[in-house]
Amino acid sequence: MVKLTMYIGGMIFGFGLAFSGATKPEIVLSFLRLEDLGLILVIGVALLVTLFTYQLVPRLLRKPPYGESFDGHDGFPVTSRTIVGAILFGMGWGIAGICPATSLASVGTGNWPLLYAIAGMFIGTFIYGSIRSRQLPTHK
Amino acid sequence: MLETFFPLGLCNYAFGGLLVGIGISIPFIATGLVVGISSFYTVVWSYVHKGWFFQTNWYIQSRGWKWFLVGGIVSGGVVYLSLYGSTIITTIPWWRLLLGGILVGVGARMSGGCTSGHAICGLASLEKVSLVATVTFLATAIAVALFTSKVLVW
Repeated sequence: MVKLTMYIGGMIFGFGLAFSGATKPEIVLSFLRLEDLGLILVIGVALLVTLFTYQLVPRLLRKPPYGESFDGHDGFPVTSRTIVGAILFGMGWGIAGICPATSLASVGTGNWPLLYAIAGMFIGTFIYGSIRSRQLPTHK
Repeated sequence: MLETFFPLGLCNYAFGGLLVGIGISIPFIATGLVVGISSFYTVVWSYVHKGWFFQTNWYIQSRGWKWFLVGGIVSGGVVYLSLYGSTIITTIPWWRLLLGGILVGVGARMSGGCTSGHAICGLASLEKVSLVATVTFLATAIAVALFTSKVLVW
């Protein structure tokens, strides 16, 4: 049931990304160049809906029907990694107009060159995880 | 005024955003799980790389359902293609997509989330770390996009 829910939720998520145009790097870049601010509506409306769900549902239900508890506020600390990581993420977002979810949905719509972006994200994740794995584990 | 800032109108953007919000909400209501996407890439590596970072509990525990979430996202794109049938192939050169992808991959893992993880799920969970990350990556991306288009003229 968890898997089915994830698949259905993911499908609506992916369809919404495609419908909004966020799957097209050109649309994302026109937002970041401040030529068409539409993407802020995608993020803004999605955030409002999610905010409503995350804040209201745990007050109405004692526990989710197919889970143990509602994931809450984790309170991860802000560290230098947060800042440096977000800067690197922003550079990639600004250079290519892609992000982890939109690239996946975009390939679904047949926009195959986004496979280069997906390959890049696998490489980046591997590089960072390998470097971190050589250091001592931290809180996470 | 509206046409200046939203030359393509508001409807597609707002309706798409509504669906994205619903798609993220359904798994939460049913299972209590928060669904950021960037961790999927680490989950895939967790099968082959035995370093502690890849073997963190969260990545191992979410292995089972992450594939279904991502399968759903790709399928959502396929459904869109079958309904509207118009594929627009990006003209952005492969090296920019690859380079951008590498930076996004490193950055998302280092800062703990991506556009969906920080800017939607994290902010909706009222996480301070997500607010800091979102403001930082948004400002950086705008600066980089303006620089590359106006100064480098990519």
